[in-house]
Amino acid sequence: MNLLDSITLAFETLAVNKFRATLTMLGVVIGVASVIVLVSIGDGAREYVESQFRALGTNVIIILPGKAHTSGGPPMVTASVNPLTIEDSLALAERCPSVHLVSPIVLGSGTSKYMNRSRSCPIIGTTHEFQEIRNLNVEIGQFLPPNLDRSERRVCVIGRTIRKELFGEENPLGKMMTVAGTKFRVIGIMRKKGMSLGMDLDDLVFIPAGSAEKLFNANGLFEVLVSTRSADQIDRAHREVKELMLRRHDDNEDFTVNNQADMLSVLSKVLGAMTYAVGGIAAISLLVGGIGIMNIMLVSVGERTREIGIRKAVGARRRDILAQFLVESVTLSSFGGVLGMSLGIGSALGAKAVFPAMPIVVSPWTIATAAIFSFAVGVFFGVYPARRAAALNPIDALRYE
Amino acid sequence: MILDVHQVTKEFPLGAETVRALRGIDLSVERGEFVAIMGPSGSGKSTLMNILGCLDTPTAGTYALDGAPVETLRDDALAAIRNRKVGFVFQTFNLLPRFPAWKNVELPLTYGGLTRRERRRRAESALESVQLGHRLGHLPNQLSGGERQRVAIARALVNGPAVLLADEPTGNLDSKVGAEILALFSHLNAAEGVTIVLVTHDPLVGRAARRMVRLKDGLKVSDERDSDLT
Ligand SMILES: Nc1ncnc2c1ncn2[C@@H]1O[C@H](COP(=O)(O)OP(=O)(O)OP(=O)(O)O)[C@@H](O)[C@H]1O
Ligand SMILES: [Mg+2]
Repeated sequence: MNLLDSITLAFETLAVNKFRATLTMLGVVIGVASVIVLVSIGDGAREYVESQFRALGTNVIIILPGKAHTSGGPPMVTASVNPLTIEDSLALAERCPSVHLVSPIVLGSGTSKYMNRSRSCPIIGTTHEFQEIRNLNVEIGQFLPPNLDRSERRVCVIGRTIRKELFGEENPLGKMMTVAGTKFRVIGIMRKKGMSLGMDLDDLVFIPAGSAEKLFNANGLFEVLVSTRSADQIDRAHREVKELMLRRHDDNEDFTVNNQADMLSVLSKVLGAMTYAVGGIAAISLLVGGIGIMNIMLVSVGERTREIGIRKAVGARRRDILAQFLVESVTLSSFGGVLGMSLGIGSALGAKAVFPAMPIVVSPWTIATAAIFSFAVGVFFGVYPARRAAALNPIDALRYE
Repeated sequence: MILDVHQVTKEFPLGAETVRALRGIDLSVERGEFVAIMGPSGSGKSTLMNILGCLDTPTAGTYALDGAPVETLRDDALAAIRNRKVGFVFQTFNLLPRFPAWKNVELPLTYGGLTRRERRRRAESALESVQLGHRLGHLPNQLSGGERQRVAIARALVNGPAVLLADEPTGNLDSKVGAEILALFSHLNAAEGVTIVLVTHDPLVGRAARRMVRLKDGLKVSDERDSDLT
């Protein structure tokens, strides 16, 4: 019997007991659908986080003051933590060949006022380079002008939300506003950017780093951002930055160099593992579906003992009977798999349509895996009943009542 | 010689004892013969037929079918012989209830590697040869007992077997229909030259055959040829 004959026969046989076949398939349908939905949500979450990171730039290194990891050993007299300074950042820009742009950051917060309106928001003291490193665009006016690193000029650039809240319909360009008690002239308004890693980039005021240091009386920088021309220079830049910083800080590693690419890969590994875990839990229901198939196939072998006897009597070999029952169980599971895939993809896309903010990604890889799994479930759980059928002795099978 | 059985025995283990269903049977059947096997119930007729039909293997002895020894063959080789060399007709018809007549007849061909079209053609012509050309699409439960047995005979013949074996083919039919089936066997033997071995309890049926073998307690007690007809 060729494969086409076997498949036709399987469909004819299953059609005799449609209700039973449908119920049996339901286990696989639910299993496959839930695997697809959950893995799609997991993939979506990972892709969301990755894209957030990528938006920050994978060619970015962040230098933070203080040591993040304390290595073991006897407690020593704690070396004093030297702050990061604007001079550090200038040196990085000048002396590290792989480094493209450097931007020191002073972070503060305070009330911004214009006329009688005020709003409390983060205030970022930084330099011209920040705009390029973080991929920001200016809507009107300009960003902080270049070479203002140590300058205390009183100019500021504001986000969209600040503009709306403080200025309303008025054109803020050239206006004097109060930032943390000091007057600043508005020279630019940022284009809408939205949330990025928990920070609303539209609800910010940018001022020159030097001004911010003075304004907040800050002891050093919050962090220094360093970018390279391309992502493949990041490792070299990382080494150069660390070397230079050690030299500048008297071989005292009182700073931390974080590489965005490393953080991204750690995070996406964690999220990937979570996706596998969740998908694995969903796969258990697929397993239960497989057991359902096995059960019904065993019942079917029992009910059709006489048919098996007749087929053997007219010349069916072991492998013919084996193939017949195996094709039947694989047909059940694959058909269930196809229905489950439609249901899963449908629900995932439906959920995305209803909640566009929900990160859901249905990857072809997920669908292929589900397809292979549902096929494999039919083979795995069909082999035992099919072997039992194939092993029947023709006379015993014919005598079976 | 089509069938050559030599000193065949068959024992069934039954708990602590063994049932000796055949205790050394010799039988040879030539091409074109029509042999009736008779004997009291439990004498081993069905056991012998199952061995002749390669549905079962002897405990001891040798059996050659169409010149080839079969007693040493394994499962799949026996299946191939059942498919090509033997046509078996059962007392209880043994048709697949959900398959129409033509599909039941086609069944042996599905294990032989012919195209669908060719299989259907052969199945139909086999049904026509048992005068059932007008019942191709009927399911077994839409057929009379005699018609069902004729479907079973068509199925047995469809692959052009070396021998047609029938174990009490009229046992489940009333005498009139039984006579018709018997006439069909006689016709197949006389007109088409089909070699037939047939088990029966009915002496009238036995008389239609040209050779009569009697079994008793697993032994052959007589073997008579109707010399008038040879
Ligand atoms: N599978 C088996 N296990 C045990 N004993 C068996 C088995 N098959 C047949 N026998 C025994 O072998 C003997 C011969 O049985 P067989 O079926 O060949 O008789 P028979 O001549 O066909 O009888 P009947 O005319 O009633 O059909 C009987 O005693 C039967 O009980
Ligand atoms: Mg019998």
